[in-house]
Amino acid sequence: MKVVVCVKQIPDPALPGELNPTTNLLKRDGKLILDESDSYGVEMALQLVEAAGGGEVSLVSMAPNNEMSGLRTALAMGADDAILVSDENLAGTDALGTAKVLAAAIRRLSPDLILAGVESSDGYTGTVPEMVAGVLDLPSVTFAKQISIDGDTVKVQRQTEAGYDDVECKLPVLLSVTAGVVEPRYPSFKGIMAAKKKPVEALDLQGLGIDLNTVGLVGARQETIRVTEAEERESGEIIVDDGDAHQRIAEFLGELKVI
Amino acid sequence: MADISDFYDLDSTLGDDEIMIRDTVSRFVENEFNPIVAEHFEAGTFPMELVPTIADMGLLGMHLDGYGCAGASASAYGIACRELESGDSGLRSFVSVQGSLCMFPIWKYGSEEQKQQWLPRMATGEIIGCFGLTEPDHGSDPSSMTTRAVKVGDKWVLNGAKRWITNAGIAQLAIVWANTDEGFRGFLVPTDSPGFEARKIENKLSLRASITGEFYMTDVEVPETMRLPDAISIGAPLSCLSEARYGIAFGAVGVARSCYKAALEYQLDRPQFGKPLASFQINQIKFADMLTQMTNANLQANRLGQLKEANTLRPFHISMAKRHNCRVAIDAARTARAMMGANGVSTEYSPMRHANNMESVMTYEGTEEIHGLILGQEITGIPSFK
Repeated sequence: MKVVVCVKQIPDPALPGELNPTTNLLKRDGKLILDESDSYGVEMALQLVEAAGGGEVSLVSMAPNNEMSGLRTALAMGADDAILVSDENLAGTDALGTAKVLAAAIRRLSPDLILAGVESSDGYTGTVPEMVAGVLDLPSVTFAKQISIDGDTVKVQRQTEAGYDDVECKLPVLLSVTAGVVEPRYPSFKGIMAAKKKPVEALDLQGLGIDLNTVGLVGARQETIRVTEAEERESGEIIVDDGDAHQRIAEFLGELKVI
Repeated sequence: MADISDFYDLDSTLGDDEIMIRDTVSRFVENEFNPIVAEHFEAGTFPMELVPTIADMGLLGMHLDGYGCAGASASAYGIACRELESGDSGLRSFVSVQGSLCMFPIWKYGSEEQKQQWLPRMATGEIIGCFGLTEPDHGSDPSSMTTRAVKVGDKWVLNGAKRWITNAGIAQLAIVWANTDEGFRGFLVPTDSPGFEARKIENKLSLRASITGEFYMTDVEVPETMRLPDAISIGAPLSCLSEARYGIAFGAVGVARSCYKAALEYQLDRPQFGKPLASFQINQIKFADMLTQMTNANLQANRLGQLKEANTLRPFHISMAKRHNCRVAIDAARTARAMMGANGVSTEYSPMRHANNMESVMTYEGTEEIHGLILGQEITGIPSFK
């Protein structure tokens, strides 16, 4: 079984982020790390391959400056190899452009299953996985919380507000994996030391056969027009207990539909 | 506010693998260990449920090659100890005892059969070891030990007691050092051997999140194949201690950092007399001193790593760093505790737990005084303790 995981490498969320004032896009030129929301997809892929008794987990990622620190983390967890797409013309690429690039890389690998996080922790558009499926003309199932493979069929528990749906689908298929549904393993030290030697194929747009006009700022159909400061949070209401505080708290929680 | 606790950016001297090992251990300590350490400290227990994760990462015997060990660099081992001990000295002790005191002597002094029999299962945590050198009446002077091993046919018969033994009581295998007619020798003694009895030491005020015990051996028999063939002097157990002390020199930096950060966060957040505690000159001077001392300690540890990798590290180098860095750590812990006022005595914050732990860490693996005398001998050429 061959599983491809789409992984995004993002600026460390623990550090203050910065926007490019011209494009209003997040600056991504420093060291990048594996997006935590993708670590669930990596873990899920490793577990599925282990359950299948063998197979291969490949990563695809698009990042500036051939940055591969985040990929290394996923390789150290146990993924076998990776394709990294890096090209200066990709700066400013929107969600659809990203999907085209990832789809072109995935096509080279002919996987049985493609996993992605539901949304990245920096952009949060939450649209790329389904766009990748669209470009590849594959079915997709969103919000997977449990996945099992039975022959040429994948069985998915799809998280919903009310509970979950049981969905079955023929392979190949793209699934977006809900954050928190598996416990991503810590990379082992042996894995860390082996990760450097694992193959990472570095490709540019030409190597992928992608028309420069369909990606990057030139090809982007999405534009961030304006950025405004988030409003300061108002200080909360202070309830002084005149004997009815419990009622007022209950009313407040009722308004929030918590109780 | 940016974290400047690595003030001279010493971690930039590390390689990519070492940085990733640091980040992995740090994340483990932060996510899995720190949330539960206070309750284990109070209960006097070690979180055994974390051992499989510790082993899966490759922490047990991580600086040894082969036999299921990770084979990481000396610096990586040191950095891992630093991150572990930022959580609690008990956590670093667990890893030090298993890797440096129990696996290392088998790896260094054991036969090929012993290595194959024990090391892979110790790396996975299936077998936990303990190291028996210290005795109830013999601490700083191990050469005066009274534990005896007598050869009878192709067996050895061991009698004696060992005390202040980390993991005694939970270990399946004891590395026992004993005097024989031929000199000091090391033995691999399964703890379920007839005549072997281990007990946990209760009522400790220090290293509470670590199991400490004692064991007694009454006519315990082990075959000759359980003797470490290449350990033929007191130098063998002392070399194991050098390995572990090396880790302590790094671990103490983790302790100091944890205390410094706890006090800083607290002082920035807590107003008194209308402004944050951190704005008072006396407190800023305390932070400046803590950061300076911590940086000194970090420099010593970092250099130890380089010397170890260059194979030029000598025991007296380790003595200086172990002694200095433990003193820095306990001072930082006590200062940080005081800077947090009454709240500092709560288990909610790390400094007082660290301060209490450091009382043990300054004592075990060579007391502050003994390491001073090892340096004294190196300085003057005159051994003062013989």
